[in-house]
Amino acid sequence: MAARKDAVIKSIRSEMALANAQELMNKTNEKCFAKCVTKPSTSLSGSEETCLARCLDRYMEAFNIVSRSYISRISKERLEH
Amino acid sequence: MADKFDDATQKELANFVEAEQAQARLHSSIHMLTSMCWDKCVTGTPSTRFSRSEEGCLANCVDRFLDTSLFMVKKIEEQRAQHGQLS
Repeated sequence: MAARKDAVIKSIRSEMALANAQELMNKTNEKCFAKCVTKPSTSLSGSEETCLARCLDRYMEAFNIVSRSYISRISKERLEH
Repeated sequence: MADKFDDATQKELANFVEAEQAQARLHSSIHMLTSMCWDKCVTGTPSTRFSRSEEGCLANCVDRFLDTSLFMVKKIEEQRAQHGQLS
């Protein structure tokens, strides 16, 4: 019974992590394609690839900045009310 | 189909699912805010690091969005109090 419970918990956790990672993938794809591939040609150019790689890093960084400020705001509001 | 979980385990799993759902809502808000603030704050071509103004904009973006939301609610409540008799 306990083992089956742990298996359920583990599988829900990994589903959640997967969904979160997929959402981040979709977003970076959408945002960075919009920013870096302004005129699609027959293949990605070197400068487009450089832009995409940097954009991916910056989007992750933005996600962390936003995450930090959102969580700190929520904990602040919770203390006040 | 295997046997059902006992009551205590069902309760524990229900609590766990509820906590995970709260976590999912938090993540979904953070994704939404990141997307919105990215469009607003990161206007140039992505570089190896954020400029000072981009970084500041991203940090302020969340707080000002939530302030906006609170402000709008306050305004609508004021209007409702003023015109309450009409509607």
